[in-house]
This record gives sequence, structure tokens and C-alpha cells, in this order.
Amino acid sequence: MKELLNFKLKIWRQKNNQDKGYFKTYKVNNISPNSSFLEMLDILNNQILFDNKESTISFDHDCREGICGMCSLYINGRAHGPDNLVTTCQLYMRNFHNGETIYVEPWRAKPFPIIKDLIVDRSSFDRIIISGGFISVNTFGKTIDGNIIPIPKEKADKAFDAATCIGCGACVAACKNRSAMLFVSAKISQFSFLPQGRIERKKRVFNMISKMDEEGFGSCSNTKACEVECPKGISTEYITFVNKEYISSFT
Amino acid sequence: MKYDLKKNNQVPEGKIDKKWNNHKSILKLISPNNRSNFDIIIIGSGLSGGSAAASLSELGYKVKVFCYQDSPRRAHSVAAQGGINASKNYKGDNDSIYQLFHDTIKGGDYRSREANVYRLSEISSNIIDQCVAQGVPFARDYAGYLETRSFGGTKVARTFYAKGQTGQQLLLGCYSAICRQIGKGKIKMYNRHEMLDLVLVEGVARGIIARNLVSGKLEKHSAHAVVIASGGYGNVFFLSTNAMGANASCIWKVHKKGGLFANPCYTQIHPTCIPIHGEYQSKLTLMSESLRNDGRIWVPKKLEDANFIRNGIKKPENINEENRDYYLERRYPSFGNLVPRDVASRAAKERCDKGFGIENNENGEGVFLDFNSSIEKYGEEKANELGINNPSLEKKRQLGKEVIESKYGNLFHMYEKITEKNPYETPMKIYPAVHYTMGGLWVDYNLMSNIPGCFVIGEANFSDHGSNRLGASALMQGLADGYFILPYTIANYLAKYVTYKNENFSIKNVEFNKSESFVKNKIKRLIQNNGKKSVDFFHKKLGNIMWKYVGMSRNHTGLSKSINKIQELRNEFWNNVFVPGDVEDGLNTELEKAGRVADFLELGELMAMDALNRKESCGCHFREEYKTKEGEALRNDLHYKYVSAWEYQENKFISDEIMHKEYLDFNFVKLESRSYK
Repeated sequence: MKELLNFKLKIWRQKNNQDKGYFKTYKVNNISPNSSFLEMLDILNNQILFDNKESTISFDHDCREGICGMCSLYINGRAHGPDNLVTTCQLYMRNFHNGETIYVEPWRAKPFPIIKDLIVDRSSFDRIIISGGFISVNTFGKTIDGNIIPIPKEKADKAFDAATCIGCGACVAACKNRSAMLFVSAKISQFSFLPQGRIERKKRVFNMISKMDEEGFGSCSNTKACEVECPKGISTEYITFVNKEYISSFT
Repeated sequence: MKYDLKKNNQVPEGKIDKKWNNHKSILKLISPNNRSNFDIIIIGSGLSGGSAAASLSELGYKVKVFCYQDSPRRAHSVAAQGGINASKNYKGDNDSIYQLFHDTIKGGDYRSREANVYRLSEISSNIIDQCVAQGVPFARDYAGYLETRSFGGTKVARTFYAKGQTGQQLLLGCYSAICRQIGKGKIKMYNRHEMLDLVLVEGVARGIIARNLVSGKLEKHSAHAVVIASGGYGNVFFLSTNAMGANASCIWKVHKKGGLFANPCYTQIHPTCIPIHGEYQSKLTLMSESLRNDGRIWVPKKLEDANFIRNGIKKPENINEENRDYYLERRYPSFGNLVPRDVASRAAKERCDKGFGIENNENGEGVFLDFNSSIEKYGEEKANELGINNPSLEKKRQLGKEVIESKYGNLFHMYEKITEKNPYETPMKIYPAVHYTMGGLWVDYNLMSNIPGCFVIGEANFSDHGSNRLGASALMQGLADGYFILPYTIANYLAKYVTYKNENFSIKNVEFNKSESFVKNKIKRLIQNNGKKSVDFFHKKLGNIMWKYVGMSRNHTGLSKSINKIQELRNEFWNNVFVPGDVEDGLNTELEKAGRVADFLELGELMAMDALNRKESCGCHFREEYKTKEGEALRNDLHYKYVSAWEYQENKFISDEIMHKEYLDFNFVKLESRSYK
């Protein structure tokens, strides 16, 4: 049995979008190194629950296996915490030292307004998809056989790699400009690589980038922090690709 | 009321391969210009709800979609890993609609409805085409054609996949289709909303009461039809592979309003999950069944070796071939590691119960899933392909690892993050865990529950998987229901209301107020209870009872005991649960959980009652009293070839529920005892 760990936590508390937020300090003891970060927060919440003085800490989570994209958290200055290629729900306490002070904050970005404590509203991402992140095929009725459109494996793999984006928003949180370029470029690239998506590609790239700007995301200045923090390892190559697509959408 | 479910199930007459076509030809239609006069509410935005929403709005209906997550893209279908079945026979291994139909009926241990399953098999190929057209990036071979693999319970490679993220890619396909319709103004999306009651007007579903989880406000929504696509109830076990928020509340509210609950005892236990390793654990993580294509499952042959492994004295690599028991290959030579989930799960339990388990946890529960031989086999093939003569073992292993990585890379990565062990080097440890529920609300062939106007699709209904679900068929059912079945059958129901205008369709109807105050009182009661125990305390306790007595195998004594224990726990819950906050407060995750656990505490009892009634072993329902000499499940077709559908008695206890039976006919497959030897 590995030794149990103790932590000091500084957690962002904020009642609602209008209220002012602040850091509050908590202590949690005897945490197994095999606990996930969210399980550690569960334990803390159970302590707070009967405290009566305050409400439990609200944070987003659902699948707890790194795929739904619901969890967030900015931990010790990094989106999804100190480990690479993981979401917060897949982050384990063995990544921290005994006695360490851990800062926990929500995603900080204007287009992601805070709802409560560590929960933010990411519906701006949905609105970008609504502006054109799809292939306009009827979902009902008959379509052609899937094998009538062969797709070169390399293209299919590239499209797949872009499609692994889970829309968690870590790229925005990690970016000093709060740019959503990694998310948007992954979505655009997936469809641009596939023959089915190419007919609408100009309209798609123009609409999605315009919507991204309108929602208040910043510009990309190629610092690549997004790539470093992306839990799915999505490459900034897609941003380069989409920049080209964007320019050609004018012609 | 006594239902004649067989009479009411609307299954069309005629030959099995003509039923759906014949039925479609007599279903009533609604002309395009009338469709926009109809409001449809859909609860849930996963594969079934999402695909239904996209299709119905495409056709012109006005659709409202509700989900508890912050975006429809997060529904738990996103977590499905392995694949989706379709009988396309691209591989030329003699697959056909009939083969898929037969495998599904057999896999479900002859407890599903024949006509529904045949329709599902018929539609399966359309689904793949539809998803390809939407831009779902399925795996392709080097010629650019769709790639497939095989899954448990079948002898053909009919499973289409996108690495270990098939569910995610299919869901994002649906989600993009929903978004397209939101943009056109035809779908109104209600994120962070939870349905808390179904509103009936004169016995017909006319709307819902929902709680806005952010503001805490109750909302009334009326519609011409309500579609339930809220998924399964596996979280009744607390630890499961389901998302933390996945709940039974929606189907349970429908049940309490009169919707029959069918086969509640059928819970699939998935054989390949990462074993439990601590009391603090909140969630179990699944490893895709597709891994069983290439991984060989074993435990040590000798008890002392198992003991050494548990205590870290020996490593799996130290156990040589002769001392390993590849128990699935031994017991089921023709399917081997690809036996269906219930068979694989029970076989693992059998070995661990005998003391051969390899994980160092409370009960020594765990078996190995070993990729070593596949790595070497693939390495050799790859070396041949590359023209490398006499490759060293090291070279072979390196090449083999690359092949494995291209197939299952993200799963291996996930395993390593959770366990700190590298599965390319050392075998994975796995153990069965609660995964999918085959039971659900009773529906007829049109996917309508016994409450008129309330349709149920996907995992939330009961109809297609019998007592066991084969791998890669949940995604298939979700999309078949949503994209290709409901859009036809719902029109048939709605048609009679084309010229029907009255206040029954409005939230002004008094029934909405009644429902709202009912919900309000329940919330008040939870919050003002001021007990001493947390919601999670009750949920974990319920989970323990369920896993111990209503889990992988059940017996009369245990089930009877569990019913009493659940009743006691439920009483304690209502006397002693603590939910913080005020009724008027907004976001309150403890309150959300409390409502859901309250429902699980009732459903759990019904599950045990149903399991107690079914005196046979079939599929996932293994009653210890009914087994063959070899320890295999012993079905009793003479007495139990039916769907049990439970009816709630208003203002009475769960134990007073009445069971109705829908007797099942098998006219197109021969009833056989299920053997995978």
C-alpha cells in the first residue's frame, strides 16, 4: 500500500455570474494516490456537506473516463492539471506531492461565462457548430452505399485524428488570447479532408470563423499552448491548414 | 387493468422479412405542410434521442430536446468504444440480414421480440451509409473501403468502428445534424434541464415538467408526443461504466404514471472493465470488447501462483504457458475469447470465486487480458509484409506493438493512465462490471409505450436485446430507432390529431399545474429533511445490495433478502437524507443526485422482484438454482418465454406492482439452448 497523501487546496468559489469570486482554502487528508482528482473533490465535498456554513463545490463532470468532455478545471496553472494527454477526470492524485498546495480554478475566458464555482458555460462552442460545423445531408431516407465513396486511408486517418476533439475547451483556457482556433480548426479539418464535406467547405470555414470571432474568442498567435494542453493531442497543423482554407474561402 | 400485451404489441402479420415493409405501407402519413403544427418533446440527446431529433425536425416537426448535460454532444453514447454492427457482408464471410437477426436473437437468449430484431437487422446497413454521408470517420482499409472487425457472440466480422471511439464519432454525427436543425430554428435545445414528471391529459402524454438545473426553476412544456430517449439504469449499482449523471428518473416517472416496466432484472455485466481498487472509487472504466479479438484471457492454473501474483511476488510474465489457464478457450473452443458478455463475465467470476483471481483487491477479483501472442503474431505478419527476413524477436515485437497501437491506441493509453501499467509490456487486468440494461419501458412495435403519445427509444426501452446484448448492437439500436423507425411510426400516431385543436395541448391545462406542485413538494421534502447522511451514502449502500444480491448471479434467498434491505434503506433515506440549500436556489448538484437516488431506491426493489419471479437462468440473468451440470445457464422456455411487464399501482408500494406477460413467439428461428462450445 502506498502512503496516503494530504493536500492544501485553494479553490475558486463564486456564487453566480454576477457575484465576485474568491479563493478559499481547504484541507483534505488521507487521499489515496490512486484516487482521481474528481474523487478527491468528492471527498472534500462530503466534508463540506455537513459543515452547514457553505454549499458544496460545484464542478462539471459526467463520464469520468475522459471522453465526454464535460470536466474542466484549471489546476496549478494548467488546463486539466499537470499530466499530459488527459482530462481532469483522468488525472490521478499520484501526480501530486504529499503536502502540496493545489490551486483549482474554472476555465477563464470571456466566451465561457462562469455559472457557479468551477462551472462555466461553454455553449459558445455549440453556437460555432450551429453556424456550419456539419455536412448538410438529410438524416432521413435513403443515401448511397458507404463504400461507393472510397476514402484514402491517410485522409481518413487525418480526418479521424481531427474528429477526436471532445470540445472540452482546454485549448481556449490554455491560450493567452483565449483563442478557440484549435477546436474550430479540428472541426473544420475533419470535414475538409473528407470527400463528403468538400462541397460546402468554403461556406463552412467562413461561417465558423466569423462565428468564433463574434462569440468573443481571441486571435491565434501561434504559441501552441493549446496543443500542449489538449487532452486528445490535437495538432496545431490543423490551424495552419484552416488558415489556408479561410483565405481561399474569399475567392 | 389487465393488458393483453401480445394483442397490443402491434406486430404485423406475415413473413418476418416482409413485416416492416408491409407495416410501413399502412402507416398513416402527415403532409409536409402540416408537420410544423406538431410539437414533439425528446428527452435525451444521445444516439437514439439525437438521431430522432435530427430526423423528426428534418421532416418538418417542431422539436424540443432536453438533456442534463451542458451540451447534447456529451450524452453517454459518446463513451461507447468498440463499434456498430451492420450486415453488409463487405468481408464476404457469409453475413446477411438473417445471420445478424439469428445472432441477436440467440445472443439475447430468446427473450427478445422476433419482429423487432429482424427490423433492426434489416435497417442496420442503412445506418452505416447514413453515418458515412454525415462524415463519420469510420476506419478504412488501404483501398479506401470501410473496415470491419468481429465482436463477441458472432462468427463474422460485421462491426464497423472508428478506433476505440465509435460512440463518440457516431454521436458527433448526430450532434452535428442536431446543430444544423437548431440553426434552422426547428430544434429548440434545452441543455442542463432534467425531466421531473410526465404530464398526462386524459390518459395521454401531453408534456413534461422539467427543472432548469442552473436557475432551479420548474418549467412546463407541452407537446403532441413525448419521446423518451434517456438511456439505461445501470447506475442503480452505484459503481458502473455509466456516466455519473446517467439516471433512471425519466423512465421511472413514466412508469409511475402508468408506463409498464419490462424485464427490469436484465442488467448486462461487461466482462472487460478495469477492476475496482479502492473504497473511494466513483466510477468504473470499460475496456472495449473489441480487445477480446486480440487479447487472450487467462488466470494462473495453480492457486499458489494466483496468490503470488496478488501479493506481487510473481509477475504474469513469470508464469509460463503450461501454467496458464486460458479458461474461455478451454471451455468454449469454437468462440473462445469471443463468447458473449454474459458467458465471459460468469466464467471470470467462476475462476475468481475459486481463488484464481489475480487482482490485489478485497475479493481478489481480476483476470488477465494478454496481448503478448497477438503482438508477436502481428509483428511477424508485418515483417513479412515489409520483406524483413528473420526478424529478431525485438523487431517483431516493435512492429507488432505498432499494429496494436493503430487498432487500440487510445484504449491502451487510457488503461495506462488509470493503472500506471503499460499494457504493451504486461497484460491488462480486467473484471466484469455493470454496463448496459436490457430492461426498460415496455413498447409496442411502433416504439410507443402503453401510455398513448409516449414513445420510448434506445436503451430506455426493452425490446431488442432480450436478456443479453451482444457487443456493438446498442449503437445500432439507438440509431435505428431514431433515424429510421420512430419517424415513420410517430406520424401514424400523430395523424389523428391533424385537425384536433384544444387546450389539452397547452400548458394551461390543469394537469400541468398538478404535476408541477407534485414535483415542487417532492423537492421541498428532500431539502427540508435535514437528515444526517449524504445522498452518496445511500447510493453506495444501495449499490452494494444490488451488486451482492442482484448482480452477476442471483438466488432465491439473496433476492428475498435484498428486497427487505432495499425497503429498509429507502425508509432510512426519506427519514435521514441530507440535501443542502434552499428550494429557490439555483444549481444544486446534491439535490439532483437526491432525486435520482430516490428513484433508484424504488427501481432496485422492482429489479429484485423481477429476478425473483424469473425461475430460470437466461442470458445475464443467472439464477444459481437453475444450471446445467457444467454450470451453464438453464433456460425454462415452457414457463418463462415471456416479457415480464410491471404495472405500478397508484399510491401503493412497489411490492404491490402487478406483472403482466407478453408471451414471445419464435416462428422464424428455432429455439435452441444457447451453446458457444
